[in-house]
Amino acid sequence: MSIPEYKAENYDIAVIGGGHAGVEAALAGARLGLKTIMFTITLDWVGNMPCNPSIGGTAKGHLVRELDALGGEMGKAADANTLQSRMLNRGKGPAVYSLRAQIDRRRYSEYMKHAVELQENLDVKQAEIIAVEKRDDMWHLITNLGADFSSKTVIFATGTFLGGRIYVGEVNYEAGPDGCFPATRLSKSLEKLGVPLRRFKTGTPARVAKDSIDFSCLELQEGDEKTVPFSFSTEEKPKNKVVCHIAYTNDDTKKVILDNIHRSPLYSGVISGVGPRYCPSIEDKIVRFADKKRHQLFIEPCGENTEEMYLQGMSSSLPEEVQIKFYHTIKGLENVKIMRNAYAIEYDCVDPTALKASLEFKDFDGLFGAGQFNGSSGYEEAAAQGLVAGINAAKKVKGESPLVLSRASSYIGTLIDDLVTKGCSDPYRMMTSRSEYRLLLRQDNADERLMPIGYELGLVSKDQYDKFILKQQQKNEEIKRVNETYLSPTDELNELLISMGTAPLNTGVCLADLIKRPQLNYECLERFDKDRKPLPDDVCEKVEIEIKYEGYIKRQQAQINETLRLESKIIPFDINYDDVYGLRLEAKEKLNKIRPANIGQASRISGVSPSDISVLLIYLKK
Amino acid sequence: MSERTVAAISTPYGEGGIAVIRISGDDAITIADKCFVSFSGKKLASLGGYSALYGKVFSNGIEIDDAVALVFLAPKSFTGENTVEISVHGGKIVARDALRAVLDCGAQLAENGEFTKRAFLNGKLDLASAESIMEIISAKNENALKISRAAKNGRVSKEIDKIISDLLELAASFSAYADYPDEEIEGLNFDNFSRLLSDIETKINRLLDNYDMGKVVRNGIDCCIVGKPNVGKSTLMNLLCGSDRSIVTEIAGTTRDVIESTVNFDGLTLNLSDTAGIHDTDDIVEKAGVERTLDRLSTAQLVLAVFDLSRPFDDDDIDLINSLGQNAVIILNKNDLEAIADIKIFENKKTVSISAKESIGTKELFCAINDIVKTDKLSPDDAVLISERQRDCAKRAFDSISEAKNALEIGMTLDAIGVCVDDCLSALLELTGKRVTNEVTDEVFRRFCVGK
Repeated sequence: MSIPEYKAENYDIAVIGGGHAGVEAALAGARLGLKTIMFTITLDWVGNMPCNPSIGGTAKGHLVRELDALGGEMGKAADANTLQSRMLNRGKGPAVYSLRAQIDRRRYSEYMKHAVELQENLDVKQAEIIAVEKRDDMWHLITNLGADFSSKTVIFATGTFLGGRIYVGEVNYEAGPDGCFPATRLSKSLEKLGVPLRRFKTGTPARVAKDSIDFSCLELQEGDEKTVPFSFSTEEKPKNKVVCHIAYTNDDTKKVILDNIHRSPLYSGVISGVGPRYCPSIEDKIVRFADKKRHQLFIEPCGENTEEMYLQGMSSSLPEEVQIKFYHTIKGLENVKIMRNAYAIEYDCVDPTALKASLEFKDFDGLFGAGQFNGSSGYEEAAAQGLVAGINAAKKVKGESPLVLSRASSYIGTLIDDLVTKGCSDPYRMMTSRSEYRLLLRQDNADERLMPIGYELGLVSKDQYDKFILKQQQKNEEIKRVNETYLSPTDELNELLISMGTAPLNTGVCLADLIKRPQLNYECLERFDKDRKPLPDDVCEKVEIEIKYEGYIKRQQAQINETLRLESKIIPFDINYDDVYGLRLEAKEKLNKIRPANIGQASRISGVSPSDISVLLIYLKK
Repeated sequence: MSERTVAAISTPYGEGGIAVIRISGDDAITIADKCFVSFSGKKLASLGGYSALYGKVFSNGIEIDDAVALVFLAPKSFTGENTVEISVHGGKIVARDALRAVLDCGAQLAENGEFTKRAFLNGKLDLASAESIMEIISAKNENALKISRAAKNGRVSKEIDKIISDLLELAASFSAYADYPDEEIEGLNFDNFSRLLSDIETKINRLLDNYDMGKVVRNGIDCCIVGKPNVGKSTLMNLLCGSDRSIVTEIAGTTRDVIESTVNFDGLTLNLSDTAGIHDTDDIVEKAGVERTLDRLSTAQLVLAVFDLSRPFDDDDIDLINSLGQNAVIILNKNDLEAIADIKIFENKKTVSISAKESIGTKELFCAINDIVKTDKLSPDDAVLISERQRDCAKRAFDSISEAKNALEIGMTLDAIGVCVDDCLSALLELTGKRVTNEVTDEVFRRFCVGK
């Protein structure tokens, strides 16, 4: 049955999907002055968190900071709806400090929905897009009700909705997350267009009733005393309103799962989609790490005005009755009542090597991808790509060259480079180990790295930028002062040094040299530092890190300079690798497919060896 | 686009009973078929890899020589390309004519080191191995050849790959520690990290030590012979050289300049310099010679200090003894004559008693030399770095890992230590050519073009 179509409006940018990628893409496009529309299957769940009710974590916290410095929304929304805030990895070094916050899921969604509604130039519409076609040099989007919208550019941010199918044991059905409708017809249209789709899967644990948990035998996990916001523009420090708890699996849990593993659609082969290696289901963990005695799980509240509790670390696609059984083996959860069962969800996504670093398709002018559609996993990864896709769709319409962030500039740049250069064989999760420059790509200096770009783009306000410039001045002046301040070896000072486990002084010493000692910090030396003026916490933190890690930061900067030289060797886009004598067949195929922009990117393609790169370098010299 | 097919005589020109002309490139077989005719009538193009035909090489219809043509099919050849090796009788004229015949049929003359370069570019050799082949070609003595061979067989790369895998393990631990803040992960503790860092440091250090010894083996030892006039320095030199390089006379002060000579002494290459005797003199020419000698004394890797047993020691001898360092072998010469000198002044010092004139004590002398240069500690099975470039990479790796170790000890956080570990890793990857940098490519090709 064909649907009678009618002609609907015309846009510069159309975003398909209202999740974390879609929201950032739509906001960025509209804020850059382009006529934008965002489609979502249900308006009740804009910016939904269908998995864990938290934002941030290792490397993900970095992404949120970077996103904020570029003018994204996620950091502000998270700060406004924080339930509990923790800086992870304190004590493990500033490169890996990672902010993570429990979020009130429903309020967050409400905040985001309102933000897109209020946004100038942005229309929000509930509809399922069932087809994408190119006609008369415009992209046409057809809705399930027959509306024919046209747009110069389209951003796919379809998440797990695209061809979504939920699995719970032997049961499976077409669905989006959290009881939403799936997008069932768009995949076919994309395939017709020639977009290379594939299946990935992800999963989520059960939500359980708070009053059915025995908290008395669980470990308590409280928020930080001194909290830090995600956004550089948030003045007020987030308050801790809830606590989380830690529980552990045991031998009984393992037994229940192993006895029923044949009922898992993953192990019986019903699911063909590839799941995230770094966010495995509990049955996956138990099978793959058979030696491990126990696995941790975190019990996290989903909101202030709900009794639903999220069981982080316990996602599963086993049948509901098995879920009940194994959750009940856990101390503290013996009588737990499941409100929503755990499930796995399989969905269509694209091989991201089909995209350029701008997130535009190499072969489809004006089409962009972001988020899970591009093979990533995680809200933060999605939001980061959404922002970049939104910016670049806007630039495309304006006829400007795209924003491409380098690996050396940010985790966002690293994320996108990894996706479009190496591709991904499972849902890509950001980790600090993905970056070779993590001592420079810290969460504390995301503003220094990216705010000038955000300001130049027009996504960061003048007011915000001025504040940033002021802090930079304060920081630089303080570093200079600390390097010029000398302390004499008083008894009092030596007493402190000894008590902190470091050598006392015989002669006067530069304050900066004391801060460099691992046992000491900027704060503890305050009373010996007579001329110190009060400075904002984040400025103090930057001063301390830059002094303490000066030598290592310089080392890393040298590494960056070294690789920049390969990045600056541009490869012409129209090069035909079949003509390059000496390249191995595999390298030719990979290079022809990825079409790297420069030698640095080429050298990161798997299947391209150093000798291939040498061949290429020599070819380019000719 | 196809790369040109190249050919060259691959055996030493004019030496040996057989000469091999190697042709490499896409058209190698076609070209060989134009100038080589087999007795059986078969064409080389009809053969599989690793097969040979017996026949004759012709140049413009004129027969040059009987020959065997051996076919290698890409990628199973040294260069990774189609290759034909034509063996003809040795001797300059036959080999040259055969090469000419091949070039006339469409091949171009290979540049120096071009076969190795192609092997590298085709992924048949890693960088360290390619470099070692260049070293094999220019090896000065048997030991040098042995270590170059070991390197060619990938021993350096294998040793470094082991270190790299340790480093990756370490980096992975650091990452796990950072990326999973709330998880319980075993083995992530200071002692483990410290032990791993020390292991790596030791291994790299051994490579650096071996390089110094390897360099001695390859390039020879700068060695100077010193002593006051007429103690028999030149006789010793002649003994080592086996020729009358220095003028040996009875008149003190005959040798006024530094005489240099390279000799192979029991498998070691000594870059010898005979010197003017050290003594107070008013003769201007002689004085300049003495100054040059003193200069040598400080820069030489090995000093052979010669004393005359048949005469009492005087102030000049004492001065010389005092100026000797750890790099000196004290040689008591003329032990075939009556010993008059009082050797008590050498108490607690190792000495070797010889007669240069009568060739007595050469074995002891060699042992004493080896005690100082220690090349006997170098086993041909050891991984030995082969070039300054490799050493530079290893040194950077060593410095980085030492800094990492130090940082861990003073209590720096792992994110900072990780930066040093990464530096170490990339220096080692650069060494084996697994990490591409412009310098590597440039340097290697510079070498390949000036090699052999």
